[in-house]
Amino acid sequence: MLFSELYSAYYNAVAKILSSAVNGGITDRQLREAVSLSAFDESILTIETALKDQQWQLLYKDGTTPLEHAPAMPLTTLQKRWIKSVYLDPRIRLFTDDTPSWLDDVEPLFTDEDVCVFDKYADGDDFTDETYIRFFHMILHAAENSLPLKLSVRNRHGHIRNTVMVPKVIEYSEKDDKFRIMGDSSTSTVTVNIGRITQCSVYEGNVSLSPSEQEYETVEFDLFDTRKALERVLMHFAHFEKEVERLDESHYHVILRYEHSDRTELLIRILSFGPMIKVTAPKSFILLIKMRLERQKQYLPPASL
Amino acid sequence: MYSELIKNFSLIRRFMQEFYIYGFKSRDDYSKVSSRSYDDERRRIESYLSDYRQFRRTADSKTVYISVDSRTRAHNPFFRAWKAKSFTDGDITLHFIIFDILHDPSVSLTVSQICERIDDTLSGFDEPRTFDVSTVRKKLKEYAEEGLITMQKQGRTVVYSRAEDVPLPPACILDLFTEISPCGVIGSTLLDKLPPHESIFTFKHHYITAAMDSEIIYSFLDALHDGSFVTIRHENGKSAPELFVPLQLMISAQNGRQYLMVYDPVRHMIRSFRTDKAVSVEKAAKCPDLPRYRELYRNARQHMWGISTEGFSPDRIEHIDMTVHFDDDEQHILQRLFREKRCGAVELIDRNTAKFSADVYNVTELVPWLRTFICRIKEIHISDKTAEKRFLDDIDMMYRMYSDDV
Repeated sequence: MLFSELYSAYYNAVAKILSSAVNGGITDRQLREAVSLSAFDESILTIETALKDQQWQLLYKDGTTPLEHAPAMPLTTLQKRWIKSVYLDPRIRLFTDDTPSWLDDVEPLFTDEDVCVFDKYADGDDFTDETYIRFFHMILHAAENSLPLKLSVRNRHGHIRNTVMVPKVIEYSEKDDKFRIMGDSSTSTVTVNIGRITQCSVYEGNVSLSPSEQEYETVEFDLFDTRKALERVLMHFAHFEKEVERLDESHYHVILRYEHSDRTELLIRILSFGPMIKVTAPKSFILLIKMRLERQKQYLPPASL
Repeated sequence: MYSELIKNFSLIRRFMQEFYIYGFKSRDDYSKVSSRSYDDERRRIESYLSDYRQFRRTADSKTVYISVDSRTRAHNPFFRAWKAKSFTDGDITLHFIIFDILHDPSVSLTVSQICERIDDTLSGFDEPRTFDVSTVRKKLKEYAEEGLITMQKQGRTVVYSRAEDVPLPPACILDLFTEISPCGVIGSTLLDKLPPHESIFTFKHHYITAAMDSEIIYSFLDALHDGSFVTIRHENGKSAPELFVPLQLMISAQNGRQYLMVYDPVRHMIRSFRTDKAVSVEKAAKCPDLPRYRELYRNARQHMWGISTEGFSPDRIEHIDMTVHFDDDEQHILQRLFREKRCGAVELIDRNTAKFSADVYNVTELVPWLRTFICRIKEIHISDKTAEKRFLDDIDMMYRMYSDDV
């Protein structure tokens, strides 16, 4: 069972509390910290009372416990099966070539054949390429240890550009099936597709970083709920920070917040919903749509002409 | 009386979907549940997801919703709700005491010995509770089924010991795969065992709603991998669920929907069920003849743009072709066609023109993608003339919509 108390936040919180308690006792403050770290906003109301009132007979009133060992639970079969599936995923090669021997007798929960991301792009990164794997290892190490890397990167026009950056995060897009690094360089915060890196090495010199803030913008549109557009549109844009307001039974107003660098992508995603969406702000975004429609008219003129 | 914990996930799942995906409904819109149920579920969501809760007031109502830019989060916040399963006072007390007694795999005890030690452990409390042998045996059996405890017969008695501990994968592996693998919530339960750390991974185009369907997906994959039939209970479905052959879990990276692809042996066709509309999936008997159904599915895939299959008309395949223009400095458009064509084909007509064509079961599935080429579509032909007219009418409507702005 996936929905089980074995994995619950309360069990995790109590395990932390008892780990401290077996080492000579736990204070009220430590108990509350453990709960706030592992459980929910209101959990303290239940957990503290249940332990102190001895509904859960695990902790004495003085903060000690009759237990002798710090709590530890072995992995469930479900957890082992999921780990086995992870080690069968081709992307695991980015981390290791070896599968732990204890997984030999474990049946995977699923394999690559059982699951299909049917609309990811066909030009994703080659996760089996030895050079790619080597660069990924170096980037992972650099990101974990805040080390500067010297990178040569082929841009979309085929030109090689050199940069020195300290990777901060590695971003994966399932749709693009690509990894990117985001980090700080001497001029700004930059993003580099790992698949475009041609050379990568640790930079030994000094580098003064100039991180820049990510620029966010908003787009507002009216949504007309025909052909189940409401559900389709809101699901499609679910991963953005958004606000939705109902104007009437079939008419909604949506505000999306997005990163400036994704403007073109967002534009074509909005176009994909055709007349079910009408952008109402900002004017610059409306202008982009109008320009595309004007250009389209030369091939498919308006019916009234 | 209100409790933060829940026995059943289905109601909170529906509310989280509503609060996150729609986010415009007020208390009055939830007429199918009582006001008290609404208040309880809202309070739970506020407790599990307090960092993401937003609200908006209008003159006559207050709307609570969840807003998350999933690109800025290293871990899916909806996993938290899966960790809110309720339990009894006895469950939690027994859990920690049993694993304290069976603290090492070398410790093997009978149920009577375990009961004695439980009594010893509890003897220091003011009013020690007692657990009878059948309760402890039931709990041990439950844990054995989960793989936590091993049971071995020694003569006529059964001895229990804890399962061997195994090392966890490194945190960076768990950080990544918890977000990109099906049933990532399981990875999240493994991360709970590690010390707190910052993940270095983030995720773009990340549809975190899939987390809410984890139990459905788990049951489906379990049956699929086991080669068993499944029953699927669906929203608005028949009261008696039917038997299907599980074929594949299809995931959309572009709209966040996930589908259970199955063969329907009664209607003799491949069908799909959305995971977010499924109420339950259960594994049934072993399915004979699996390779034949999988072969049927493999053949069907060459005409599937999305998840639509042949339906009741296996011979009905629609043709579409679209001619696209791109300027000399717009070669990325040609690259787009190649990387996004799926089961279609791309032919370069001249240095500035390419033709996309496809033969598919359901041409309407392509329409949103075709619209992304607006401004470049020189010609479009669809064998389904109704679909073609609708496509052109929609473009015409867009011309009118934006004719008087700015």
